[in-house]
Amino acid sequence: MPLLTLHNSLVTYLAVGALLFGMGVYGMVTRRTLIGMLIAAELLLAGASINFMAFNRFTAPDPAFGQIFTLFIMAIAAAEAAIGLSIIVAFYRHYKSIDTDDAVQLKG
Amino acid sequence: MIKTLTTPDGLVGIIFLFMVAVTLIGGLVASASERLVRAVIGLVICFVGVAGLYYFLNSPFIAMMQVLIYVGAVAVAISFAIMLAAPEEKKKFSSTNPLTGPLGLISAALLTSGLLTIALKTTWPIMPKVNNGSVKIIGIQLLTNHSMVFELISIVLLIAILGALVIARGGREH
Repeated sequence: MPLLTLHNSLVTYLAVGALLFGMGVYGMVTRRTLIGMLIAAELLLAGASINFMAFNRFTAPDPAFGQIFTLFIMAIAAAEAAIGLSIIVAFYRHYKSIDTDDAVQLKG
Repeated sequence: MIKTLTTPDGLVGIIFLFMVAVTLIGGLVASASERLVRAVIGLVICFVGVAGLYYFLNSPFIAMMQVLIYVGAVAVAISFAIMLAAPEEKKKFSSTNPLTGPLGLISAALLTSGLLTIALKTTWPIMPKVNNGSVKIIGIQLLTNHSMVFELISIVLLIAILGALVIARGGREH
């Protein structure tokens, strides 16, 4: 039964990663709020991480490299979320809104 | 049919399909729901599914870190920001360009189909493994081969914490 052995093929993971990446792009383009765009960015990073881990499991000679790289992606994503959210909070305090249309003028 | 489903291999396959479904449904909710709170819940569901996929990729340590960092820290931070900023969703959709949704869908579909084509058309080389990628080997590599990046990432995290505090505290005085 080929449906039940999908977890042993590289293409399955690449497809899931590609779909997550596409959802992230869709959210990034259509979202009207800064927090929504941040959520879409997290989806993009998740898709990229799945790709790294899939290649790490199936093609890379040293399976520790991909895991270490994914750990670094997680650390960068956490730093990005912290900085982005603090910018959003500061922006909200100034403009009383997190709409991207209100962010067109960036003079303090 | 029922026989194959109840064997250990069949159960593993079913759990894998369930994890893929959880990931994709969570991603859909996160990217397409109108309310931001629902999008955060979708993000959490998606991350739990991604952690399951990591478990299937022979790395339980990364799966645990995924749950700990993303579900435990990033999603909670985003929901705190939603509560602090209290975004009202009503007024944005009045001024939206009607072409935004279809154009976004087209660009995302083009990108996804391109990536899928590459994944299906290429024959990926399979190399022999030099180790088994256990947590012990990850730890040894992290402190020998990748020690420079390890130190740099800790500095990046420290600066991110300080910068987040400085930026978010900025307008408190008035």
